Amino acid sequence: MAKILEKRKVRPDVYFFRLSTPEIAKKAKAGQFIILILHEHGERIPISLADINPEDGSVSIMFMTVGKTSTEMATFEVGDEIADVVGPLGNPSHVKNFGKVVLVGGGFGVAPLYPIAKALKAAGNEIVTVMGARNADLLLYEEEMAATSDKVLVTTDDGSKGIKGVVTLALEDELKAGVDLVLAVGAAIMMKFVAKTTEPYNVKTIVSLNPIMVDGTGMCGACRVSIGGETKFGCTDGPEFDGHLVDWDLLMSRQRMYLKEEKEAMERYSCNCVPIS
Amino acid sequence: MADEVKKRPKIIPKQIPMPEQDPIERGKNFNEVALGFTEEQALAEAQRCLGCLKPPCVRGCPVEVPIKDFIILMQEKDFIGAANKIKEKSMLPAVCGRVCPQEDQCEKVCVVGKKFDPVSIGRLERFVADYERQSGTKSKVEMASSTGKKVAIVGSGPSGVTAAGDLAKMGHNVTIFEALHKPGGVLIYGIPEFRLPKSIVASEIDGLKDMGVEIKTNAVIGKLYTVDELMDDFDAVFIGTGAGLPVFMGIEGENLNGVYSANEFLTRTNLMKAYDFPEFDTPIKIGGRVVVIGGGNVAMDSVRTALRLGAKEASIVYRRSHEELPARAEEVHHAKEEGIKFEMLTGPIKIIDNGEGWVKAIECMRMELVEPDDSGRRRPIPIEGSEFQIDCDIVIMAIGTNANPLVPQSTSDLELNKRGYILASEETGATSRPGIFAGGDIVTGSATVILAMGAGRKAANAIHKYLVGEEDEELSGNGDNPVS
Ligand SMILES: Cc1cc2nc3c(=O)[nH]c(=O)nc-3n(C[C@H](O)[C@H](O)[C@H](O)COP(=O)(O)OP(=O)(O)OC[C@H]3O[C@@H](n4cnc5c(N)ncnc54)[C@H](O)[C@@H]3O)c2cc1C
Ligand code: FES
Repeated sequence: MAKILEKRKVRPDVYFFRLSTPEIAKKAKAGQFIILILHEHGERIPISLADINPEDGSVSIMFMTVGKTSTEMATFEVGDEIADVVGPLGNPSHVKNFGKVVLVGGGFGVAPLYPIAKALKAAGNEIVTVMGARNADLLLYEEEMAATSDKVLVTTDDGSKGIKGVVTLALEDELKAGVDLVLAVGAAIMMKFVAKTTEPYNVKTIVSLNPIMVDGTGMCGACRVSIGGETKFGCTDGPEFDGHLVDWDLLMSRQRMYLKEEKEAMERYSCNCVPIS
Repeated sequence: MADEVKKRPKIIPKQIPMPEQDPIERGKNFNEVALGFTEEQALAEAQRCLGCLKPPCVRGCPVEVPIKDFIILMQEKDFIGAANKIKEKSMLPAVCGRVCPQEDQCEKVCVVGKKFDPVSIGRLERFVADYERQSGTKSKVEMASSTGKKVAIVGSGPSGVTAAGDLAKMGHNVTIFEALHKPGGVLIYGIPEFRLPKSIVASEIDGLKDMGVEIKTNAVIGKLYTVDELMDDFDAVFIGTGAGLPVFMGIEGENLNGVYSANEFLTRTNLMKAYDFPEFDTPIKIGGRVVVIGGGNVAMDSVRTALRLGAKEASIVYRRSHEELPARAEEVHHAKEEGIKFEMLTGPIKIIDNGEGWVKAIECMRMELVEPDDSGRRRPIPIEGSEFQIDCDIVIMAIGTNANPLVPQSTSDLELNKRGYILASEETGATSRPGIFAGGDIVTGSATVILAMGAGRKAANAIHKYLVGEEDEELSGNGDNPVS
């Protein structure tokens, strides 16, 4: 059980929760994730950590209401309890002084960059954050990222804020100036293009993959990804991998495995004809 | 025969049949297949036991359940007494009565079985365990006074649960750390409802809680705490994390949508209740045609689960022949009754894409058997030019599991064998680290519920000795007598 200590609606479709998880908070490191189950009938969903706070025994998550579980989770209020929270899972980000690091985040995918930025900053890196969204209203976590970065570059598709265009545009400029490491978190398609952009520059590019998971401990293999032609488990071998070796098409195809069921569950949920326990 | 046979009325040569759900009907539901004996049937079956002076069945049981004694109590209609008798040796009688391979153990050596059908010991065990549970009488457990010692158990499968129960009875303060959100190990996530109702597992686990055992779910050891950290807070640690890492074949197309490991398929169905989607939130894919690769209990459970989820056709593809099928004969028999197809002497070579990232078919080769390999079974080799395709929508890989490296790799100085299993003494569970014990599938590789229970029991005795000081040399370390 984990009590919700804080809830913020950061965008009409994006929520921030701070959860009381003292044991996990003590252990979790940047780059790791948790799995949570809302209630007795719930599914196990993996979520990256958007903040880790061992002092007050909390971890934070940010999520977008895309399917039934996330939509239902958004109805939870401060003081409510999430039935099960497991973690920390996955391997922590590799943290050392690389030199100049560019962090790339898209949409609400910037949230998990925050603990990573903090850790890399503390290790002495120069941090440039590139964050993008369709328009200025959809940008998230700008202040947090500004606080942990030496420079923040904002891109919007419509030019309503910062550079007009996609994140790879801003990234390219940095690459030309010289970069030691790129780390991207967000939608698979965005990470794919980040990896494509860095490849000609031969810059090491770490991506945090988000395949479908069940247990998150290496027991089921639902999270299979292909890295350099070799099958790996996203939960225990990852979540971070070398972006230049990822089979992106496979990842995206596997992420769509339950689209039909997700739609069905969502329709059933939103028609409200059944009480949800 | 050295055993004296008491004079008694003529033995009924055949076992009393146990009622079962109709094969066609049960293929559409997840209710238990076998319905259990009625009291009359149980009594009649119990009467078939000769009460041998030196009952070989007891020695045939890996944990030496006092089989003869409990059956004699049954003959006297003392079913509660019989249940208590079993519990002297086995923590999980309602489970073992259902899933133990009795035909290879106690029933194999039953004296009656030399001439007639052996006594159905498993079914009798199941009857008394169910009788006791349904009667609501809780057998009182003798608890020793507190020793003040703390023991951590990692994993809540049969080995962990047995070790926890025994140690609690000996007066130790026991905490179980379980990675999943529900305790029970394979009993809860792997073995399907129709063979082992989850309410039975839950009630056996409740028995542990009544004994004061604390169960911490959602605690992944190696992540939340390491075993080394547990050693700081506890006086001893038992590792019973099972062999939970699914094996894939490494063939082309194995990562296509529609290919599952048996673990994933069964976990979604059993633990997450995907069979009741969308009432439960976890989805599962089921297509018209399901192919399960493998021939063990896990393969049988997967294929019969697929049928119940609504597959139009569910088949087993196995590279050896019927004779070599490692699954229990009863499960194969049940599967056939339910209409499962068996493609024997068939080995998959690749899985074919429908062009959109989904399984369309599986390409196989016919096999022939040649001289036996290390496992003693005849070795299959492909027949050249025999390639053919089986159209299917779902492929389930049930070809075995390996040791999950999470605990072994995060524990310092723990000796492993070359396949990553923990080296531990067969007699005591002692590992290369003093105070750390291990047992069950994480030591032996995939085995059986009863063997895991046996390992839990032996380790509990050794841990008790270790904690109260009657420590002998072997217990204090370096795994002198390891098994691999
Ligand atoms: C589908 C299936 C059908 C089977 N059918 C039969 C049968 O009919 N008869 C029979 O006798 N045997 C059967 N078996 C085998 C039997 O279930 C196992 O041999 C037995 O359960 C092993 O017990 P165990 O205690 O070693 O481990 P498990 O039952 O595997 O339990 C291990 C537990 O440890 C937990 N764990 C793992 N890693 C960690 C960690 N890092 N931290 C905390 N917890 C952890 C797991 O989540 C799990 O709950 C079957 C197995 C399967 C998979
Ligand atoms: S989620 Fe099950 S193995 Fe990774």
